[in-house]
Amino acid sequence: MENMNQETILSVKDLNIKFTLRGRVLHAIRNVSLEVYKGESIAIVGESGSGKSVLTKSFMGLLDNNGFISSGEILYDGKDLTKFKKEREWQKIRGGQIAMIMQDPMTSLNPLKTIGEQIAEAVRLHQPAVRGGDAVREKVYAYLRDVGIRKPEKRYKQYPHEFSGGMRQRVVIAIALACNPRILICDEPTTALDVTIQAQIMKLLKDLKAKYDLTIIFITHDLGVVANIADRVAVMYAGDFVEIGTAEDVFYDPRHPYTWALLSSLPQLGKKGEELFTIKGTPPSLYKTIEGDAFAPRNPRALKIDFLAAPPRFDISETHMAKTWLLDPRAPKLEPPEGIRNLRKLEVLG
Amino acid sequence: MSAEREILLDVKDLHVTFGSGKKAFEAVRGVSFQVYRGETFGIVGESGSGKTTIGRAIMRIHPTSAGEILYKGNRINGKISRQLDRQVIQEIQMIFQDPMASLNERAKVDYIVSEGLINLHKKMSDEERRRRVQQALAEVGLLPEFASRFPHEFSGGQRQRIGIARALIMEPECIIADEPISALDVSIRAQVLNLLAALQKSRGITYIFIAHDLSVMRYFSDRIAVVYKGRIVELAETEELISHAAHPYTRALLSAIPMPNPVSEREKKLTVYDPSIHDYDRNPPRWQEFRPGHFVLANDREMEEGFGEVNDFDYLSS
Ligand SMILES: Nc1ncnc2c1ncn2[C@@H]1O[C@H](COP(=O)(O)OP(=O)(O)OP(=O)(O)O)[C@@H](O)[C@H]1O
Ligand SMILES: [Mg+2]
Repeated sequence: MENMNQETILSVKDLNIKFTLRGRVLHAIRNVSLEVYKGESIAIVGESGSGKSVLTKSFMGLLDNNGFISSGEILYDGKDLTKFKKEREWQKIRGGQIAMIMQDPMTSLNPLKTIGEQIAEAVRLHQPAVRGGDAVREKVYAYLRDVGIRKPEKRYKQYPHEFSGGMRQRVVIAIALACNPRILICDEPTTALDVTIQAQIMKLLKDLKAKYDLTIIFITHDLGVVANIADRVAVMYAGDFVEIGTAEDVFYDPRHPYTWALLSSLPQLGKKGEELFTIKGTPPSLYKTIEGDAFAPRNPRALKIDFLAAPPRFDISETHMAKTWLLDPRAPKLEPPEGIRNLRKLEVLG
Repeated sequence: MSAEREILLDVKDLHVTFGSGKKAFEAVRGVSFQVYRGETFGIVGESGSGKTTIGRAIMRIHPTSAGEILYKGNRINGKISRQLDRQVIQEIQMIFQDPMASLNERAKVDYIVSEGLINLHKKMSDEERRRRVQQALAEVGLLPEFASRFPHEFSGGQRQRIGIARALIMEPECIIADEPISALDVSIRAQVLNLLAALQKSRGITYIFIAHDLSVMRYFSDRIAVVYKGRIVELAETEELISHAAHPYTRALLSAIPMPNPVSEREKKLTVYDPSIHDYDRNPPRWQEFRPGHFVLANDREMEEGFGEVNDFDYLSS
């Protein structure tokens, strides 16, 4: 997103989300702030358990029953979503404003209904202007064509099990589109797919974003896959964003040691015969209060202060921020690891 | 490739068919390759391409419908002697994709890891068995006390280590790793790959590494066979394959590798493989060596028109 006068479509302010489990409290989202700009695609990247799904589920009122927002705001369209109490309020947001695509398409499809009927339901519910059986049907064909499913007349009458994994994910995308959302959250939509199919779905999402004026929030644990789709990247660790910037900022000028570590462990950067970089240890327990920089215990080059105080947010530029003491003027100058210094020169294959 | 490399596994015109009559489906349609001792031989292809079936046919899990699989020169498919069967069970092991699904949830790690060993050495003392379990766990970086725990108490990466320990305890010469890291988080993938590489160094294990992702293959494999719909369409040493990919399917796989470089990724043109470009009905393909050690499945027209002339070859851009 190069343009400077960006309009915010969704704004998260100092959000805290907790879960209670057998009398203990897990602090899953720790004081998170994030602006999502209209028309952008932003990737949320982090290890398993870092809180990517919990955060985005909270935008749709889909937290598990034992989860709650303990403080903070989620501003959308002039409303604070954290104040919503009734299902009725959420129903106006879900699908029609914010839609979600999940990793396993089977969880969002009804195995007993034809896929055409499932898309038609979404059209009838969210697009009352489209009236009459024929009009709805034509609309469904159009969505099927849009997501790259050929022979829509025939496919309309088929059931989910008659589709391959990649095709099912296209159907799920068609259902999401039929809700006519402004924001599309994609939670690891390609993780279970072959690389070639993955690449095609990514391309499809980009095309649809342009055609339907969507804002995309793309969730993944793999920094490698987001270079292709993301305008901006937000790196999450232990329930907080440690670095946010444009894709160029984060790939070419990463500042947080955790971002360095995530980039370094990509097998695309591995040299045959040499060990791949690994991140030692495990993420901290979210049941305990985290002291200092949450990544410090796994960071071999951590500073003393990292163990004592949580780093504040440092702004590197108008588009780029990171929470690391390395950006404090008093900190020693540390270079990112050798292997990731020249990603700009890395060639694509094929 | 030096001439005196020892062939550990020789797969000759392998066919595997599922079902029979009208419903018969030929998952592997005439596949041939050789695996040298100590190397990592990669098999890459999309889901349903038959790569797992090839691995399982070598493991004798799936019966073959034609062709031969030779291990150290002895045929191991079809009916074989009990002695050879025991040898194969011990010397060729498999690691599976989903560490969650492949472990028996109700058994303790101790039992899971030693199950194969007990089956093979019914008379082994319990003391010896425990000793071997401890050794295998140590080798994959797990603590001895993990032996008395259940699989659900472990993370995905730890479960995959348990799966590797279970293979290692047999002291295998060859391990078939079927998508061993696909289900794992990026940071844990690197740990498991490093572990596999270290074991190869210390024990000289030969790997057949099955995956859909060429980027991991490139890092890990010495040679790569590209499988499409039950056939190998291209085979070469890794860097040769990457820099001189000939078959359009290989090129599609290459172009799908996501690279951590946003500017070039955004401009990249995605190559999609369209099998209808071939005119194989009139002019069937042959398996041909078009550069030393680099094989491709192509017909004569394709060879003439530059199947081998690569890099600027753009006959299937979408
Ligand atoms: N219902 C729940 N009860 C208790 N803890 C929960 C619940 N749901 C999520 N958590 C915890 O919240 C944290 C964040 O989980 P979340 O699912 O958002 O991670 P994620 O980043 O999406 O991971 P993944 O990549 O594995 O999907 C984790 O520690 C998780 O165990
Ligand atoms: Mg998740």
